[in-house]
Amino acid sequence: MNANRVMAIARKEFLQVWRDPRSLAIALLMPLMQMFLLGYGVSLDIRNIPLCVFDQEGSQHSEALLQHFRASRYFEVAQPVHTYAALRHAIDAGKCRLAIVVPYRFSQDLSVLGRSSVQAIADATDSNTATLAVGYAQAVLNAFASDVEIRWSGPQRDTLRPQPLAVESRVWFNEELESRNFIIPGLVAMIMALVGALLTSLTLSREWERGTMELLISTPVTGTELMVGKLLPYFSIGLVDATVCVLLAVFWFDVPFRGQPVTLFVTTFLFLTVVLGIGYAISASIRSQVGASQVALMLTMLPTAMLSGFTFPIDQMPRLIQGITYLVYGRYYVSILKAIFLKGSGLGDLVLPIGCLLAYALVIAAIASRQFRKSVE
Amino acid sequence: MLRRIIAILIKEFLQLKRDRTARLRLIAPPVIQLIVFGYAATFEVFGVGTVVLDQDRSQESRELIARFTSSARFDVVRVAADAEAVRTVIDRGDAVLALVIHAGFSELLEKGQTASLQVIVDGTNSNSALIALGYVSQIAAVYSRDYVAAASQRLGMPSARAPIEVALETRNWYNDNLNSRWFFVPGVIATLTMFMVVNLTSFAIVREREVGTLEQIMVTPASSSEFILGKTVPFFLIGCAEVVLVSAVALLWFKVPFRGNPLVMTLGTSLFLLSALGLGMLVSTICKTQQQAFATNFFVLNPLFTLSGFAFPISSMPEPLQWLTVVDPLRYFLIVVRGTFLKGVGLAELWPHFAAMALIGTVLLGFSVLRLRKSLD
Repeated sequence: MNANRVMAIARKEFLQVWRDPRSLAIALLMPLMQMFLLGYGVSLDIRNIPLCVFDQEGSQHSEALLQHFRASRYFEVAQPVHTYAALRHAIDAGKCRLAIVVPYRFSQDLSVLGRSSVQAIADATDSNTATLAVGYAQAVLNAFASDVEIRWSGPQRDTLRPQPLAVESRVWFNEELESRNFIIPGLVAMIMALVGALLTSLTLSREWERGTMELLISTPVTGTELMVGKLLPYFSIGLVDATVCVLLAVFWFDVPFRGQPVTLFVTTFLFLTVVLGIGYAISASIRSQVGASQVALMLTMLPTAMLSGFTFPIDQMPRLIQGITYLVYGRYYVSILKAIFLKGSGLGDLVLPIGCLLAYALVIAAIASRQFRKSVE
Repeated sequence: MLRRIIAILIKEFLQLKRDRTARLRLIAPPVIQLIVFGYAATFEVFGVGTVVLDQDRSQESRELIARFTSSARFDVVRVAADAEAVRTVIDRGDAVLALVIHAGFSELLEKGQTASLQVIVDGTNSNSALIALGYVSQIAAVYSRDYVAAASQRLGMPSARAPIEVALETRNWYNDNLNSRWFFVPGVIATLTMFMVVNLTSFAIVREREVGTLEQIMVTPASSSEFILGKTVPFFLIGCAEVVLVSAVALLWFKVPFRGNPLVMTLGTSLFLLSALGLGMLVSTICKTQQQAFATNFFVLNPLFTLSGFAFPISSMPEPLQWLTVVDPLRYFLIVVRGTFLKGVGLAELWPHFAAMALIGTVLLGFSVLRLRKSLD
């Protein structure tokens, strides 16, 4: 490898980026915008679930119960309905996700039997939200029940039988169970995967389409030199982007950062090598820019979103799909980032994912540098 | 006029037909992606890796643990000897949940006092942690109830009355088994279609411009509107074919029910494709090179996808962001696809979403056609 030739290519590529301010602006500003936009949008915490109520009884008790629902931040109580048909329509049209039906015998059961029930109808299209919503509704009912208990029994509470078993739970690493804390580190990985692919996946197909490839071939440059030279300017852009994303995550979105910056730097360096290398390999093997873009889109955006553990937990996937996730390079970086941010893991704890990323980088580099053949056909 | 449009259509299809890999890219990847992502996308929680520390070693504690062992929700992977071991197992991520029963557990139970089950959960993935904690409480509640029943039988009479209780009888409509695949597979159909159509459309025109064949088309008798029609119709047809192909996989492979009217789905698809085409055209009028079009696509599609309600509920987003999602055509198409597949609802419920897509499509298409005509004439 000749350093002069590498630098010449890098210089040329850098100039090309520099003289196309629109692309440069996209490469530098877009990650910023995406972090802002998506950082607020990506949350699995359930709040303000639209709830509609069918109160068949209309008593003081049922009103008190509804008051509990109104006070809960998990629910947003819509206009009450007065028939089953209206309730069905509200759920069909998606106006509410959960409906609570308070039956006629609600108060009577409560005072005579000491236990009563209400019906919940959940729109289970979105099964995750439905599960969580029903859980929160049960919690509201429990709060209501203990309120009634206190009001009715007053000083004679000691005749009550204590609950034999209580669950005391403690949450580690993400004490408030905020989904933002685990999704935002993943988002950084996702954006970096996109930026990386974006920067390099058209770099060679563009030369082919514009006819400058023949010129390149006639120079003494070798495959490895071309690759290193082409990737250097993008690598520096990628590092800037990564820094911006991480700073935003920590200082704007207040995601706890418990690890060492060194760990983050080393792993980001490796990850950038992999993503840029992949983009380069795509552009080296597909000569049309449309084709390269289709493949890049297919290989980066959706797989990183779906298979990296960014949104969907990998351990819940079928075995075969779990196997496939090992091919998704975003997977390693997502798990590394979550561990550095939330668990404060150091290089020693992350040997396995870092090793995988390193192996990935080497394989990709080997493939990518060989893709460039010195022939026009 | 019709003849000239058909001539352009023929040219477009010939171009596609001659490009064997392009044809392959249209068929194989969507099917593979749907299958892989269909399996990957799940928020269900099964087999939570659990470590157990039983310091009581009594019949009662073993009975309680047995309930976790026999549940499909939990997978006891390790039995720890002391608290230190629990910490390491969770730190290393070998288990995400720990059940700790302290010494004296059975004594408290026998005395009729409240014994506690300590639960430690790795909150890194807050969603799974929350759901897992819900299952722990369920098992604990059943254990309590069974214990009380057994105790009162042993003693002959209940010694004190039970606390007031309000139960929740839940019906899960449209998806009674809370199968999250039913929620995500239709979503993947919509997403894949949008990605493909926007990308193809935006490249089609930018490529002609960059390669220089746009001038050749301008000297033909075809008017600019004929050119635009000829350019968009193929992608409309490809988009329709795509939806049919992927929907067939969803129905036959994933057995997602289709409860609605195919005509409603067809109308919804057409309106959605209109906005996807409009978006692609808009990108192609803004961008000069394919590189720019590619970058713009990446960065427009990612927020459109992430903020569409595909995985992250829109109702949980901050208010201003919820307003932004109003312009996202994928948001409406997701409601239409899920509505027709799972809910079986028709125009009566879905019309606002149809209207929104029609509006977005008309504005985008109208605006970009105007801009394009200016640059063509």
